[in-house]
Amino acid sequence: MSEPLLSIRGLTKIFGGLVAVDNVSFDVARGEVVGLLGDNGAGKSTLIKCISGVHASEEGEILFDGAPVAFASPMDARRAGIETIYQDLALANNLDVGANIFLGREVKTRRLGGLIQTLDDRHMREQSRQTLDSLQIRFPTLTEPIEKLSGGQRQAVAIARAVYWEARLMIMDEPTNNLGVPEQHKVLELIRTLKGRGVPVILITHVMPDAFAVTDRVVVMHRGRKVAEKTTARTSAEELVQYMVGARNDAAA
Amino acid sequence: MTERASKLTLARASAASGSRTPAQRALLFFSRIWAWLFLGLLVLFFVVAVPLTTGGSVNFFTVRNSQNILVAIIPVLLLGLGQTFVIIGAGIDLSVGWVMSLASVLSALALRAAFNGGVPLFPAVIVGLIAGVGGAAAVGLVNGVIIAKLKVPAFIVTLGTSFIVRGVAYLMSENTTVIGLPDGIRAYGNDALIYYISGEGGGLYFLHRPEVSGELLRRMDIILPYPVIVTAFVVAWAIFLLHKTQFGRHTYAIGGSMDAAVRSGIPVDRHVIQLYMLSAATSGVAGFLSTLRFTAGSAVIGDPLLLSSIAAVIIGGVSMFGGAGTVIGTVIGALIIAVLTTGLVMLNVDAFWQFIVVGTVVIVAVLIDQSRDLIMGRARGGAAR
Repeated sequence: MSEPLLSIRGLTKIFGGLVAVDNVSFDVARGEVVGLLGDNGAGKSTLIKCISGVHASEEGEILFDGAPVAFASPMDARRAGIETIYQDLALANNLDVGANIFLGREVKTRRLGGLIQTLDDRHMREQSRQTLDSLQIRFPTLTEPIEKLSGGQRQAVAIARAVYWEARLMIMDEPTNNLGVPEQHKVLELIRTLKGRGVPVILITHVMPDAFAVTDRVVVMHRGRKVAEKTTARTSAEELVQYMVGARNDAAA
Repeated sequence: MTERASKLTLARASAASGSRTPAQRALLFFSRIWAWLFLGLLVLFFVVAVPLTTGGSVNFFTVRNSQNILVAIIPVLLLGLGQTFVIIGAGIDLSVGWVMSLASVLSALALRAAFNGGVPLFPAVIVGLIAGVGGAAAVGLVNGVIIAKLKVPAFIVTLGTSFIVRGVAYLMSENTTVIGLPDGIRAYGNDALIYYISGEGGGLYFLHRPEVSGELLRRMDIILPYPVIVTAFVVAWAIFLLHKTQFGRHTYAIGGSMDAAVRSGIPVDRHVIQLYMLSAATSGVAGFLSTLRFTAGSAVIGDPLLLSSIAAVIIGGVSMFGGAGTVIGTVIGALIIAVLTTGLVMLNVDAFWQFIVVGTVVIVAVLIDQSRDLIMGRARGGAAR
């Protein structure tokens, strides 16, 4: 097997007296979908925030593409190619699709000999449309604030944003939460599309069917520790639930 | 299964957008244009009512009155312009009134010192501009740093600095008014692009005030005074900045979702600091212009304008929750207040009624705004926090 794209080594994150992530290690290979499972408060979100540059870890090492990295900010991580889609999507609902896909990285046109720079909204909208088309996402309009879109459509905007910026690793935090069943399917389909493009995905979830629908491998966390790592095809929902609730623990064994 | 699923998708999609009743769509449309409509009706009302009540001796629809209104809105509008950016960015700046006062005092002191030190008039005026706007921006910098870096609520910070600035303005002006400014600056603050004397012996004059007196002076209209032109440039620049640049886009993003802005890598702290500096700077321009207009620096000039400027912003449709609003809206808001005030005075209505009317309009404006949000299904959870 080739060298993993992301390699976490002994990562530890402490908030005050609470050890939120305790000595966790795992790898993500190219084109692989890894499920990160665990009950609420298991440390999944904190772990991915360490990877995506929101938190700095106390101990441990993150290797990205073979080299150790220490992201000072989420922007740092994004520049390296790690895109994170949080449950709240981090979209500005008062802006349109194009503005959201390009948020923080707007395309500008130089005017008056570079004296002033204006937003190139047409270009941004066109690029957004192409990206959405390539993901087979259809919206009635791209010019209205996205607050009018459904939850699944907004999820799709967040995914399109990551795709446009050529994410090399995608982290998704409970992407099917609060979605209707058809929209859940659409999101899982998008994850498969990403995998097909060779973009690895870390999927944080506590929904068993989702994990079994798209992941190649699952990592289970309980109270900040990694308690299991299984190939999805060789485990069962029953077994994973036992790890999630703390009834089984490979690390302790 | 798949058929049912696609039907569900359709149902959800139509709930999320589209399919509003005609009544809802009409209300939505009305909520977008009501400020323009209201301004138009207001003007129409005064155009008809003023000559009726005065027996035709006073008219609302005159060149002179239009220019009076333009001059009247300058300080409220300039304070409101910076405030527009701050409120769209989900903040509030309560210090703009006293910052304007401080800028008036600072520009007067600097201008006087420069002129008395032998600097020619025009460069001395520029020195006054730099001192006024620069001093104001420094206050904005302090506001912004405390709000962005120390995470103190903007309401508290700007309330606090407004008291501090008030004290500083009084102290520096040595009891409210800075006088002894060169006489020549009166022209900068009051002269106009065009002078028009109607009727016999009249004519059109550009840039220079014609030397007339008596009957001719009474018939002279002063069109587009320099402060109006300066303000128009600031308005044009604000429109460009808010609606065409990355700075404006980031302002909307920060007001719409602070989280999204941070995680998108927008330098939020720096941007918030710039917003408060911008707000202070436009107030500084207002202070500087008032110094030119009255040939004196005044430590009390700005304070009564704070609430009017916020009222103009709200009437103009800027959401107090942030993330929505336009510069033109604020211009319309300021115009509505000025037209109301002027018109009521011309109708011989007790001047205090203007406060009652403006207050009512502010509340109605927010009600209309909320009804729009209700139709759009916009969640406003962030408001109460």
